[in-house]
Amino acid sequence: MANRNAENREAGGKRIDAATGTETVGHEWDGIEELDTPMPRWWLWTLYLTIVWGIAYVILYPAWPLIDRATVGVLEWSSRGELAEDMRLADLETQTFREQLAAIDVVKLQDNPELLRQAIAGGRAAFQINCSQCHGSGAAGSQTLGYPNLNDDAWLWGGDLKSIHYTIEHGIRQPTENEERQSIMPPFEGVFEAAQLEALVGHVQSLGNDQASHPVGAQLYADNCASCHGPSGQGSRELGAPNLSDAIWLRGGSAAEIRAQILNPKMGVMPGWKERLDEATVKMLTAYVWSLGGGERISEDAADPAVRTDVEP
Amino acid sequence: MNTKDNLPTEQDMANEPPDVVATVKGHKRLERNITLLAVATFVVVAIGGIVEIAPLFWIDNTIEEVEGMRPYTPLEQAGRNIYVREGCYSCHSQMVRPFRDEVERYGHYSLAAESMYDHPFQWGSKRTGPDLARVGGRYSDEWHVQHFVDPQAVVPESIMPSYAFLLDTDLKISDPAAMLVALSRVGVPYSDRDIDQAEADLLLQANPDLDDGDFLQRYSEAEIRDFDGQPDRLTEMDALIAYLQMLGTLIDFESAVAQEELAQEKGR
Repeated sequence: MANRNAENREAGGKRIDAATGTETVGHEWDGIEELDTPMPRWWLWTLYLTIVWGIAYVILYPAWPLIDRATVGVLEWSSRGELAEDMRLADLETQTFREQLAAIDVVKLQDNPELLRQAIAGGRAAFQINCSQCHGSGAAGSQTLGYPNLNDDAWLWGGDLKSIHYTIEHGIRQPTENEERQSIMPPFEGVFEAAQLEALVGHVQSLGNDQASHPVGAQLYADNCASCHGPSGQGSRELGAPNLSDAIWLRGGSAAEIRAQILNPKMGVMPGWKERLDEATVKMLTAYVWSLGGGERISEDAADPAVRTDVEP
Repeated sequence: MNTKDNLPTEQDMANEPPDVVATVKGHKRLERNITLLAVATFVVVAIGGIVEIAPLFWIDNTIEEVEGMRPYTPLEQAGRNIYVREGCYSCHSQMVRPFRDEVERYGHYSLAAESMYDHPFQWGSKRTGPDLARVGGRYSDEWHVQHFVDPQAVVPESIMPSYAFLLDTDLKISDPAAMLVALSRVGVPYSDRDIDQAEADLLLQANPDLDDGDFLQRYSEAEIRDFDGQPDRLTEMDALIAYLQMLGTLIDFESAVAQEELAQEKGR
């Protein structure tokens, strides 16, 4: 072993390197030695801090897994608990509003502009999350795919606050609900001859434009369709039968599209939201949809509560 | 290289206590024997792994049983296979995290038990599209068909590609029973009867005209109907919609007791 600095060595081969003033590790390979440079101060402090942080974390938060769960930690934090707290605080912020909304009969909203304004604002947000996928983000629906436009004043099942509220709560043609909003149109596949069908389609098209139609079509309409859609095609909200005398079509107004609807009618379904959303949110959605342009006012003074008048909220 | 030089000399160790002498000698041997070092490294890393992973097999959070969970029906499972095949997980997650923004948008946060029959799970890690963990029952079957055929027709701002071909592709499962057998081998509790009836179950769930026998007893809450609007055909669209329509619907979160318990939990 050749080592010119042998005289400087301490026991074990360590020595102070003259050029740097740093101690060597003590190894020596064919004259090459390694300096034992101390760790930088910042690095050491970072290490100590992580140790302190680690100990604090174990004390404060869930850490060591035990038999059925981890240690709880003095803060008793849990992601689910934090969520519950977040929700509680959010509820607190809107509590007065929600309490008022939950307490009020939905029809009374039409006479309470302040509460209505707040409900519409909340309903707009809820609509974007829950309703826009079918009815569109502007609530314009689709005239070919079968999603009703909520901006106009043509309503299948009623456009006052009470009817809209019921529709949102219970949905349309939901198998679990056996009350209203269930009626369906029977398929007329095979019922008519080709010529009869053409005459009927022609009559349905004529309902909206005051043109004369084929008497055969009119007779077929009166026999088969008028009981639900009405003698002049005005429809029925009790049965959800669309008005055929306006220019609004849910699944297209061409002869081919009307023919397809007669032979094998497609009928819209809508989920009920009573189980998914809380009462206040359903009322907010009701107020929003009602406010879009076609909302109808229930007049309690009228002798017949079914009498409705249009309003511009 | 002369390793002998670097071993502690007798003289160095003379003044140290015997345990220090033993440790230093042992560590020197460990560092100089590559096999020994590899084995020791593996042991140390394994301890870290065991502490992190092993408790997941016994702590309540991950093994809690939840009422209502059942294995997928053959049709739903076939739809799930299509979901995996088409890589839906690349854009859709199936995991509602316990944050207010997610819970208000998607519904109750996901529980571990809801993925108990998922092989492989579809939690995902990216949401180009929305989370689908609770999409079941949210839209009509017809909406799903329209949306798969032309997503922009119903959601103009969507960038999802069209999956119209699912409507024209007959569902071909050469051996539905084998699918269930494979799943039962990894722990999904399909009964012998489920496996025997797999093919019949697959067909009857998409066709309300067929006799459903004890199907609904074996698969509670399963829905029997024509899903894709083509009653005369069983397509991949039927299977995929059957799967989507049951996602996240099996557990009843409305039960007040469940809500209380979940909020009170600690050490999770």
